[in-house]
Amino acid sequence: MAVVEADNLGRTYRTTTGTLRRRSLEVEAVRGVSFEIGEGELFGLLGPNGAGKTTTIKMLITLLIPTSGTARVLGHDVVKDATWVRRRIGYVFGGDRGLYERLSALDNLRYFAELYAVPAREQKRRIAELFELVGLTGREKERVEGYSRGMRQRLHIARGLLHDPPVVFLDEPTLGVDPVGARELRATIASLAQGGKTVLLTTHYMFEADQLCDRIAVIAKGRIVAEGTPQQLKDRVVEGSVVEVEVYGIEDAVVERLRTVPGVTAVSVEEHEQAQLLIVQTAPGQELTHVILSQLDGARVGRVTSREPTLEDAYVALVTEP
Amino acid sequence: MKMLGRSTFNSVLGVVYPLFFATIAFFMFRAGHSPRPLLYASLGAAVMGIWSSTSTSAGAAMARERWHGTLELLVAAPTHFSFVLLPVTIAMATIGIYSMAATLLWGRLVFGIDLQIGHPVAFVLAIPATVLSIGALGFLLAVAFVRFRQAWALGNMLEYPVWLVCGFLVPLSLFPGWVRPISWALAPTWGINAIREAALGGSPLADIGMAALLGFAYTLVGIVLLNRALHAARAKATLALT
Repeated sequence: MAVVEADNLGRTYRTTTGTLRRRSLEVEAVRGVSFEIGEGELFGLLGPNGAGKTTTIKMLITLLIPTSGTARVLGHDVVKDATWVRRRIGYVFGGDRGLYERLSALDNLRYFAELYAVPAREQKRRIAELFELVGLTGREKERVEGYSRGMRQRLHIARGLLHDPPVVFLDEPTLGVDPVGARELRATIASLAQGGKTVLLTTHYMFEADQLCDRIAVIAKGRIVAEGTPQQLKDRVVEGSVVEVEVYGIEDAVVERLRTVPGVTAVSVEEHEQAQLLIVQTAPGQELTHVILSQLDGARVGRVTSREPTLEDAYVALVTEP
Repeated sequence: MKMLGRSTFNSVLGVVYPLFFATIAFFMFRAGHSPRPLLYASLGAAVMGIWSSTSTSAGAAMARERWHGTLELLVAAPTHFSFVLLPVTIAMATIGIYSMAATLLWGRLVFGIDLQIGHPVAFVLAIPATVLSIGALGFLLAVAFVRFRQAWALGNMLEYPVWLVCGFLVPLSLFPGWVRPISWALAPTWGINAIREAALGGSPLADIGMAALLGFAYTLVGIVLLNRALHAARAKATLALT
């Protein structure tokens, strides 16, 4: 049985612009997302900022009501049986917020243990176990305002696991954490799945999803554009090649024009200190270096290289598809 | 409460603020040269402290939850949000008991007001009835804080009108007739009446009963409105906004 099911989930936000002449706008953040997560699976929702990852997760954890479609956790509807679902899920989000800064880590966990109805006689043992799991033992009596980003994130994870939920939602848990801290967090996340929990992880780091997830759904512009195991996603781009061009001052119109060149499968631009790196993925058997350079409209060009595609190129190709 | 206590500035303000209320009230009523109006003012100023603490702090507490990003976590917890909100507003009202004690002590030490309690048992009953009913009124207000981000301003705005309309400082008989139904619908009116009747040797039981009944009604109405507010906040995606 699927533990988490999203069936054609959609969510539209209404917002207004203007001060005197107010105009109502509708933004479709999620457009018909469907997936299933099996028991004990670590499922990744991978996508760039604004792709709809957090909106999807917030619908699944009962904080947002979908505008279309349905979602179930352990067979229960997240709108109709919200309280039932809340008892059985843990939710961890990335970033600095979501903790009481002026309280100690211990007081934070005690408060949420009460809210999650952890029996009083079990609280002490459970909280000690969680501090051990996330590596904060010895620091629990310090106020959270003195914690580093990585420590806060580990405390978030401990908070989300207080009631030992079978399903855990992790929304960009390594956001803004330094490489060493992020590696420790990933080890903690891997241990959750090894312990039998069903985990939904959202991230915009391809390597993180590759390292941790049993299956990945790539989400872009509110839609799922690919789904499969990390290996299946890699297999999508083993053929073809990538041309990288160092340019100075490339215009958006040129990038758009390159996307229409026959044989070009994806175009992206990385901003470097003084130059930009234009990355063009091409279909197998196509030698397009000259065509690409001819499209650059006299922009100053530096180094030009050609290489094999990587997993990150697969991700970029998926999320930049028009 | 622990969070509030961690701020020295907040704590000092909390200690000193009620003494200002008390001093203003005493100076206003001392012109009468009679001990009864002074006692009247003393008790009124004491309950003012309970209401002020509830109306302003409950709104600020919810605004703080938004700033901390914890409002979503509280709503996503399986415990019904009313069990989170009601203890907060009752705790804020309970802090007001300090202002009551401080006001009465200030009156005794600085202004020489002798507080002789006519019915001590009824007086002891009237205080928790008043505190709980004011806490319940604060809960009703706090429901608005959940739904509307700027609703904390409502709490501040209602601080002074409630002082007046509930007769904390000025007898209700001085107000026009149309104000009376508003006063009767507000639990602090009955709470202050109960405390005064108990202190001055009258019959406070009916007032205690009305304060408790209104407090119960506010709680029930608050829970119904809170369910609606939470549904609307989840539909309009306003929980995460600061």
